[in-house]
Amino acid sequence: MDWSFIASHVWDYAGGAWVTLRFGLYGVLCSLALGMLCCLARYFRVPVFRQIAAGYIELARNTPLLVQLFFLYAGLPRVGIRFSAEACAVIGLTFLGGAYMAEAFRSGLDAVDKAQVEAGACIGLTRKQNIRYVVFPQALATAAPALFANVIFLIKETSVFSVLAMMDLMNVADTLRTSGGRTVEVLFMLVAAYLIILLPVSVIATMVERRLRYAGFGDQRSV
Amino acid sequence: MSDTILRVNDIHKSFDGTGVLRGVSLEIREGEVVVIVGPSGCGKSTLLRCINGLETIDKGEIWLRDEKISGRVKDLHVVRQKIGMVFQSYDLFPHMKVMDNLLLGPTKALGKPRQEVEREALQLLERVDLKEKAHVYPRTLSGGQKQRVALVRAMLMHPEILLLDEITAALDPEMVSEVLNVVIDLARGGMTMAIVTHEMRFAEAVADRVLFLEEGVVLEEGTPEAFFHAPATERAQRFLQSFTYASKRG
Amino acid sequence: MQDLGISVLFKGINFQRLLGGLWVTLRLALITIGLSCLFGLLFGLLMLSKRKIVQFFCRVWLEIVRFMPQLVLLYLVYFGFARLFGWDLDGETSAVIVFTFWGTAEMGDLIRGALTSIPPHQTESAAAIGLTKGQVYLYVLIPQTLRRLLPQAINLSTRIIKTTALVKMINVTEVLKVGQQIIGQFYRQPDAAFWVYFVIFLLYFLVCWPFSLLAKQLEKRWA
Repeated sequence: MDWSFIASHVWDYAGGAWVTLRFGLYGVLCSLALGMLCCLARYFRVPVFRQIAAGYIELARNTPLLVQLFFLYAGLPRVGIRFSAEACAVIGLTFLGGAYMAEAFRSGLDAVDKAQVEAGACIGLTRKQNIRYVVFPQALATAAPALFANVIFLIKETSVFSVLAMMDLMNVADTLRTSGGRTVEVLFMLVAAYLIILLPVSVIATMVERRLRYAGFGDQRSV
Repeated sequence: MSDTILRVNDIHKSFDGTGVLRGVSLEIREGEVVVIVGPSGCGKSTLLRCINGLETIDKGEIWLRDEKISGRVKDLHVVRQKIGMVFQSYDLFPHMKVMDNLLLGPTKALGKPRQEVEREALQLLERVDLKEKAHVYPRTLSGGQKQRVALVRAMLMHPEILLLDEITAALDPEMVSEVLNVVIDLARGGMTMAIVTHEMRFAEAVADRVLFLEEGVVLEEGTPEAFFHAPATERAQRFLQSFTYASKRG
Repeated sequence: MQDLGISVLFKGINFQRLLGGLWVTLRLALITIGLSCLFGLLFGLLMLSKRKIVQFFCRVWLEIVRFMPQLVLLYLVYFGFARLFGWDLDGETSAVIVFTFWGTAEMGDLIRGALTSIPPHQTESAAAIGLTKGQVYLYVLIPQTLRRLLPQAINLSTRIIKTTALVKMINVTEVLKVGQQIIGQFYRQPDAAFWVYFVIFLLYFLVCWPFSLLAKQLEKRWA
């Protein structure tokens, strides 16, 4: 292992990691928003929107991100719809992630016992109050593990951003590999970089899940 | 004669074409405790659920004092603020501590100031021997404790009438009396109640009037003395006999 | 009047070429799924081992495939193995190795989960009515395990199908590559790219969607 090579390229990787993390994060945040919208459209049975959401979720979950990106980045411009590479990255990741987040939210909502809603109604809460104070907190707590799994999944999926000619981790590694030929060092740093990004996410996820469990969330059967 | 609080007028309800309530009428006066008994599937739980609008009725009317409450959709929550209900499965909110469970209705639905409700909640918790549990999560409580909290949660809304739907059915036998004693205490305090239960001795102790429901109709109605000791209908006799066992030695 | 770009697809054998490209990834996916089921069964049983060292080894394996983007794993094998061990693997072989390595761990975890989800009193009450150990497995444990496992395994299979699209990144000529070739030949047709990528998107959807529907159906029926 050539440590001097590694030392001299640490900053290249830091730059790549920053791109991966930043666009991964944008994608995650937009996915959460889109997923929540779709989930609400279905939960409240909003006509039209609910069918659109259902169709979109199926489309996004059953196609690879790579293919989605090719369509966005190389297909759409030919009919006059042009996005920058960065925009494509965020749109693509959101398109994919929104569907997964929607499913996670929905599983959380489904898990809330119907009796809880009735209990809320019986103490005179309006439908809105019932959803806000009784249903949502429990649904979110139940959905949390799935939501965090999606965050990690989406950050991993950013590895295909290199096809958009973005200098993310994969592309940095690829460029160094083809120019320098020190494949082992290049790949070693690539693995290390992803670990450094994803380990904290995983640790935070575990901590949050544990706290929710201690608070007695997601454990309605016994209550 | 005191005021009528609840008037149920010939209500019908069916699920998938099966008539569960087939013309039930009932009046409950202020301070009165009415116990509804009958074999499982006779519609007694459905009757309670119809009263506070958890199920919509197909026919008939329900009045709370001089207000018609059946057939309403929009301000159902206002009606429910005046009708308390406790279920067999307690249904405390698992993500809230006991005190927050108690405060949610009065502060959010009724808009009362938090401090005032909190003081009252502590008093009521003390009355049911659970003052020290105010700041724990429900899952750390036993079934009997949860059910007492659920009763306090309903009481804090100061309902005009309290509906209890088999509230001891899910409890271990040794916890039943701690819950039922609270109910008897409430009855002594003048609370108007409609109670569905399988605990016949409790029914006899707490009831002012007993209703025997079978196959969606009221078959018999009377004082607890009359119903439990000299039931008029053969069906009621058979129902009451099912709670006693024939001796092996004849 | 100029043709619409979609006509490109029906010139000559272009559409067959696309399907041929899709078959490249599908074949890889099928091989991977088969191998993953086989090794996954072993892996799942290994995870249930009482030995701490075996459990630890399984855990590390599972965490590696959960943490590393599949593309990084592909790079490690395709480029890294050549350097480290002198194995010059072609893209398809690398892909089967990587995806099986991943699929085995995921499938194993599903099998472990399904096996442990059956409450112990099921075994006890089956034994109590006098069934032999073999009968307990045959009539009680295996049917219940399969019911839980099958929907999840089908979902994992669609994930594997989608993930095999990544072989594009290690120079395997698959459907996206074929698409690029077609677009290159018909460069005079500006909107060809749009239609080609759109059709590839649809093709993937048509392959994966039935599996998703089937999984959902089974889940509902056996819930």
